[in-house]
Amino acid sequence: MSHTLLSTSSVSKSFEGVCALRGVSFDLKAGEVHALVGENGAGKSTLIKIMTGAEQPDAGTLTVAGRDVPHMTPALARSLGIAAIYQQPSLFPHLTVAENLALALETGTVWRRVHWTARRNRALALLEEAGAAIGPERLASTLSMPEQQMVEIAKTVGAAAKIVIMDEPTSSLMDDEVDRLFNVIGMLRTQGAGIVYISHRLEEVFAVSDRITVLRDGETVATRDTRAIDRSELIQTMVGRALTAVFPKRPVAPGAVAIELRRLSNRALGIHDVSLSVRRGEVLGIAGLVGSGRTELAETLFGLVPADGGEMLLHGEPVRIESPSHAIRLGIGYVPEDRRQHGVVLDMAVASNASLASLDAVSSRGLIDRAAERLLAESYVERLRIKTPSVSTQVGALSGGNQQKVALARWLSIGPEILILDEPTQGVDVGAKAEIHALIQDLAERGIAIIMISSELPEVLGMSDRVAVMRAGTVSGVLSRTEATQDRIIALALERP
Amino acid sequence: MVKTHRREMSVASAITALALVLAVAAPGYFSGENLGDLFMASLPVLLVAIGMTLVVVTGEIDISVGSTFAICGVAAGILSKSGVPVWLASAAACLLGAVFGSLNGALVAYLGIPSIVVTLATMTALRDGLRWATEGAWVQDLPPAFQWLGLTQTEFPFVAAIVTVMLTSAFAWGLGHVAAGRAIYATGSNPRAARLAGLNTSAVKWMVFTVLGALTGLAAVLNAVRFNQIPSNAGIGLEMKVIASVVVGGASVAGGTGRVMGTVLGVVLLAAVGPALTFLGVSAYWERAIQGGIILVAIAAEGIRHPAYRRLASAAASARAQA
Repeated sequence: MSHTLLSTSSVSKSFEGVCALRGVSFDLKAGEVHALVGENGAGKSTLIKIMTGAEQPDAGTLTVAGRDVPHMTPALARSLGIAAIYQQPSLFPHLTVAENLALALETGTVWRRVHWTARRNRALALLEEAGAAIGPERLASTLSMPEQQMVEIAKTVGAAAKIVIMDEPTSSLMDDEVDRLFNVIGMLRTQGAGIVYISHRLEEVFAVSDRITVLRDGETVATRDTRAIDRSELIQTMVGRALTAVFPKRPVAPGAVAIELRRLSNRALGIHDVSLSVRRGEVLGIAGLVGSGRTELAETLFGLVPADGGEMLLHGEPVRIESPSHAIRLGIGYVPEDRRQHGVVLDMAVASNASLASLDAVSSRGLIDRAAERLLAESYVERLRIKTPSVSTQVGALSGGNQQKVALARWLSIGPEILILDEPTQGVDVGAKAEIHALIQDLAERGIAIIMISSELPEVLGMSDRVAVMRAGTVSGVLSRTEATQDRIIALALERP
Repeated sequence: MVKTHRREMSVASAITALALVLAVAAPGYFSGENLGDLFMASLPVLLVAIGMTLVVVTGEIDISVGSTFAICGVAAGILSKSGVPVWLASAAACLLGAVFGSLNGALVAYLGIPSIVVTLATMTALRDGLRWATEGAWVQDLPPAFQWLGLTQTEFPFVAAIVTVMLTSAFAWGLGHVAAGRAIYATGSNPRAARLAGLNTSAVKWMVFTVLGALTGLAAVLNAVRFNQIPSNAGIGLEMKVIASVVVGGASVAGGTGRVMGTVLGVVLLAAVGPALTFLGVSAYWERAIQGGIILVAIAAEGIRHPAYRRLASAAASARAQA
């Protein structure tokens, strides 16, 4: 093909000590579609953020049209002809389609005169080119998700961008809209633009791309011509890593069924027909892509948004969980993902955080027994080996791993029978991770039924007795410990069985 | 814990500094009569400010307290005139305040309407409702039993002081030692985490508004019995005095922080400034301006402590270093 439009060489980036990209090299030629694939957290999003100037690399260089760009900014990226379409459209909801397009495309001073007819005609032309039948005078807030995405596509068409980055552009589109998107991609390609195409849908990647680059754990694993690789080889490349970490998994004789779901649905959260069961002493891993409904399932079980269909049985008794406090009374604990936002209260002390879900246990007639609260917290600090100067230290001052242990302490102190862990080791350093894994094993041995959501396949495989894989809001398959392999999980997560 | 008491220390120092200046320049300020007047005038502000502290800690605000204050005072007076015993009239006024507070609270907590909008609406509605009902007339010819709650003029301040001190201590202690107090801080700091911990954050918000309403009713009664007539336009601007005191006392309007002790000091500082000007021979017109200045300083101190500000400052510093 032809000349290189954009390249990154040896780009590295870390966030708060966690390495997101390690020496990534990538190049995009004129007139090609270059797919970027990898698991959750492989570094795809970080790489495109660096290309669009949303993040600065710690090391390495970014070259656009043959020239090094040491300080990329979003504005500079736009003037260099880089445009991006994200999974979530970002239109201004209270402006019309034409105004949204104009904001992205028109240049000139703030005081220029607006030519409304020209603006409208241009919008019409662009929308037609993008293959969308949308009235330019409609408000963006009245558009459906696919329609908004089509407007985003019209934006890139109008920008005459040389480099178009598409991050999961089809996740909200229907099949015929995907076809129209592919037509637009073909058109951009013949005009000499380069397209970076990110998707979890491998069939699309094979249909549309010329080359494929695989990222894994922040590193480039391979760049191959699409014709020279087949599906199973690609999956191998995406996941192909040895189980390096040693997991403290010991078989536990499973007890009675603690929780059983029969076609559980929650339309508000987009999950449907989930059938599962977890026994006492069992660790059920839940794998799946981001957005497949894993966290939503946890939120339904915990009563944050009550289920609206199907059945839930707790120790054989049908229940309908109405609220988190109801779930807690029934012995369900939930350690949410993103602990800084949901898990702990950063400006409260370790002791107050630990007792927040079990205030009844440390108080009598509504009065908190401070001494009992301290004792409770101190016992967990010792048991979970939480590194903190004292139990009256604010949780915000602790490291990520220790914050997570405080969140765990809160739920252990309710004496749970069922514990839901959502990404329990996300953003936690290796040492703390091993300790949390050992703790999970310990809890299972005490007869607690554990549901562990994780995006880290080695963790899922290493810790679980069984693995349920979610896809598009429901369980696409349940694998026993012996059946579960990275390939099978990825296959269930990506495609209809 | 030393770090978290910094605000109380700085407000206390400001009060001490003011006291020292007055002791030298205008010792008359410390006469029993002046301090007594000051105390009686600040009582309603203090009681309402304690309730407001709870509301602000949950991350909400209530600007309708002035209107509630007026209605509760008038209601107590009318009931008393119609022969209801003064204690029953007082209780009814507190209850009425609680009803208005719980109405605000329900709209905020269960319908999710921003509290500033809800209480702006109730502030206007209650104020104009009262104006319409009374046609602007004041409640006059109050029965002697209503005056000073039926006590003598010398007994009343003691009783009022005892009630206030007890309530203040109860709330100050309770916020730290009662499970409900913990729930208030958790709700204001991180509502989502609080809800995930099983706390009913809506009920918490509804409750703090109700408590604020009841305290406003009590404040209205303790104020009304000091005079022989009850104005129907009482409490105009009360919400501003109260919110200013709470903010000066260290509560963050973003929620999650604030203590009763800080609020008490905030009330004392803002209340002491006005009369001090008179004693120092400064025009009383400066009072509002100086109070405004104190509030600005308090809010600026808040901003500087805030992480977002610190990030901004460090980014600016590194930009300078690069240049």
